[in-house]
Amino acid sequence: MQSRVSQSCLAIVAVVFALLSSAIFAGSGWAQEKVMNLYTARHYATDEAFYSGFTKLTGIKLNRIEGGEDALFERIKAEGAASPADVFLTVDVARLWRAEQAGIFAPLKSELLAKRIPAHFRDPNGHWFGFSSRVRVIAYDRRKVSPGDVARYEQLADTKWKREICTRASSHPYNLSLISSMILHLGENKAREWARGVAANLARPPRGGDTDQLKAVEVGECSIALSNHYYYVRLMRSTKPEDRALVEKVHILWPNQNDRGAHVNISGGGVLKNAPHRDAAVKFIEYLASDQAQALFANGNNEWPAVKGIKLANPELEKFGQFRTDNLSLASLGKTQGAAQKLADQVGWK
Amino acid sequence: MTSLTAALRSKTVGDLALPRIGGLGTVSLITAALVVAPIGAVVWNIFLPSEATWAHLISTVLPEYVANTFLLLVLVAAGVVTCGVLTAWLVTAYEFPGRGVLEWALVLPMAIPAYVMAYAYTDWLQTSGPVQGLLREVTGWQVREYWFPEIRSLPGAAIMLSFALYPYVYLLARTAFLEQSRSSYEAAQLAGYGAWGRFWHVSLPLARTGIVAGVALALMETLADFGTVSYFAVNTFTAGIYRAWLSLGDSVAAGQLATCLLVFVFAMLALERMHRGSARYTSNRTPIAQQVLGGVKGMGAFALCAAPIVLGFVTPAAILLRLALTDPQVQFGSRISGLITNTFILAGIAAVAAVIVAMLLAYAARTVKSPLVQAANRLAVLGYALPGAVIAVGILLPLGKLDNALIAWIYQQFGVRTGLILTGSVTALVYAYLVRFLAVAFQTVEAGLTRVTPSMDDAARSLGLSPGRTLVRVHLPIMRSSVATAALLVFVDVLKELPATFAMRPFNFDTLAVEAYNLAKDERIAEAALPALLIVIIALLPLVLLSRQIAHSSQRRRSETVAVGLQLPS
Repeated sequence: MQSRVSQSCLAIVAVVFALLSSAIFAGSGWAQEKVMNLYTARHYATDEAFYSGFTKLTGIKLNRIEGGEDALFERIKAEGAASPADVFLTVDVARLWRAEQAGIFAPLKSELLAKRIPAHFRDPNGHWFGFSSRVRVIAYDRRKVSPGDVARYEQLADTKWKREICTRASSHPYNLSLISSMILHLGENKAREWARGVAANLARPPRGGDTDQLKAVEVGECSIALSNHYYYVRLMRSTKPEDRALVEKVHILWPNQNDRGAHVNISGGGVLKNAPHRDAAVKFIEYLASDQAQALFANGNNEWPAVKGIKLANPELEKFGQFRTDNLSLASLGKTQGAAQKLADQVGWK
Repeated sequence: MTSLTAALRSKTVGDLALPRIGGLGTVSLITAALVVAPIGAVVWNIFLPSEATWAHLISTVLPEYVANTFLLLVLVAAGVVTCGVLTAWLVTAYEFPGRGVLEWALVLPMAIPAYVMAYAYTDWLQTSGPVQGLLREVTGWQVREYWFPEIRSLPGAAIMLSFALYPYVYLLARTAFLEQSRSSYEAAQLAGYGAWGRFWHVSLPLARTGIVAGVALALMETLADFGTVSYFAVNTFTAGIYRAWLSLGDSVAAGQLATCLLVFVFAMLALERMHRGSARYTSNRTPIAQQVLGGVKGMGAFALCAAPIVLGFVTPAAILLRLALTDPQVQFGSRISGLITNTFILAGIAAVAAVIVAMLLAYAARTVKSPLVQAANRLAVLGYALPGAVIAVGILLPLGKLDNALIAWIYQQFGVRTGLILTGSVTALVYAYLVRFLAVAFQTVEAGLTRVTPSMDDAARSLGLSPGRTLVRVHLPIMRSSVATAALLVFVDVLKELPATFAMRPFNFDTLAVEAYNLAKDERIAEAALPALLIVIIALLPLVLLSRQIAHSSQRRRSETVAVGLQLPS
């Protein structure tokens, strides 16, 4: 009696597994045709043109999974030797550094890449390459703040800005990477004093993203904010009247122009160690450095192409002209990120 | 198959002088073990050395995480009890204008994921949003000259979660109230209790177990929430797990923190069971007569029941609709229809799988009176309180190893190189959903199974029905509504699920939740509104079915009480 029930239960389980495995072969990405499997943390409106450009050029079909930066990283590690992923693209150099430390990238020696991507935007051993750059800018209320008073990141710790600064949480990579750069330039003790000063000047507990900080400056909740430049450029390019109004009231500036230059981070990636289609992966990475791809990749998020001299169809970005950026090796920034988080926790920057 | 189970039986129990658990027990134990395995993979971290992360966390942020989590739990518990119990009591004990509609509409907030509600309300209520803008325009006040409640705060998160989760309490409390008998109520009336006294001293204590079970579910969801608290920058324990893992790059410490969370949940559930004890109230099946409320009282009851629906469903849905309609970037197209199809496929497979596994476990727990089987079931539902991303890691690590071993084995045997069979397909993802949402299906199915009394089994057996036929001819018809409810609830939960889907889906396989999150993460809230709205609309379909069942059970309540909703295992 009992065994008949168990028999039917087993049958049910078998049916479930049959059902599930029927879905297995759909999209598992290991067909023999010419394909390249991409894990990417980027997701922008120009994606279609960007990806189909590669397929048109090489005849290689692209499979992709867009996901959270860290979740994709964990997934690649878990999949191990059998991972179908060929290329991993992510944002923030600390993540690239951590991926390299975990040994998931394969070094790539490419004359083309060495020529086109500036040295401080790539790993010295060719594990990862930066393909576009984003700048951490200072946004300010132009009715209340004179740009000269916030021309350097260091000035954000000035006691005169008590309750005037808005920023997102310290644990966000954009802030961590800025804090890391302060540690590298000023030393840990001075950087801690700086972070303590910034934390003391916050107008409200950190919340929301960078756009929310810009909006807070617009309505007057604070008069200074830290933001990545592309959130502001996105508002500049918006047709919505409320976004236009914000751009009128809130301006941005490139910090530290008279010394080391504005803090820069990158988005980039590399070929994975266990890539089943290494040739296609190398082609894709090199495609990323081509004029056509650079323009699309950077423009999708209003970033600057890593390759010099690329013409962007982005009048708002071009309006900014030339400015000085921090030439700190990005590889060293990644290494410092853990220390930056601990420092922020110590001074109570939430 | 039979020889396999026989072999397993003889190996695992036959020779060890343990109580015989039979084939069904063995299968259920294996299933439970599969569901518990990822949780075990997380717990395993406590045996690994962690870097200095712990010392750092304890000396800086951990006390705050614990305090915040505790406060959030208290506030959400208060919120869901207030919304859920009060409305359930009003719609069962009274008749007032609009009651029929409100009775089923009260589950609608379930269609909106808490994180989506958070996006919508933030856009609406923040300093730069339309509400405060209007306020400034009308009053002429300047920013910082007036006080306005901050939505992105711990109380704000508690409000969002309360609206999103009170339907659990509502469903269970309503079932409990429907099951109460008229006699105890009339006795209280004779003893001189007024309407409030009857509620407070008779109905509420009698419904206590159902309410506590609903609150337990809501609190487990609260503990697992990351989307809402991270958007509001409220540092809870789960936020701490993410910080240890992602900012500090210490997955071991993250696993250890997650284990602390699990221990807490286990204690909470044990407390719930102890509190319930042997309390089983039987009653004759004459439900409370509904008292008619007219005039101001009727309007008041209407307003009280309508408030959670307006605030938890109508308002956020309207905000999303406005955002979706006014944004020039929003695009309908083939991409959106692909997202809808993928979402349906995943939620459908997961719902069916969860119900089958839940029935297997519940059935085994009923027929095999073994403490081992009971304990395994108890562990199998723990995944409900784990953040989806933690489950994803717990699954990806062991399954990735298994996949690699499988590939090596297939290559050795057949000389064919395959790709990732488990983690490269939806299999791993459905597995994750099972680990995460089995509690919902299991508790619903088990509640349905408790309505099949042992005497029914005896009667079936004396008529010569085999256990298998008893299942099909006696149990299934009685349990049909519970099984349907379980499937619908899991469907809705998977539809809204984000972190595991995000981490584990196969190539070229995006869902609505993934799309909404991708856009919101990139601070394009207006563009995220369309996929978010579609989640709400799709979730409405099963909820309307569920609601019809509720209306149906309400009609039948005079003859038979149908348990709609969930019940923690008894």
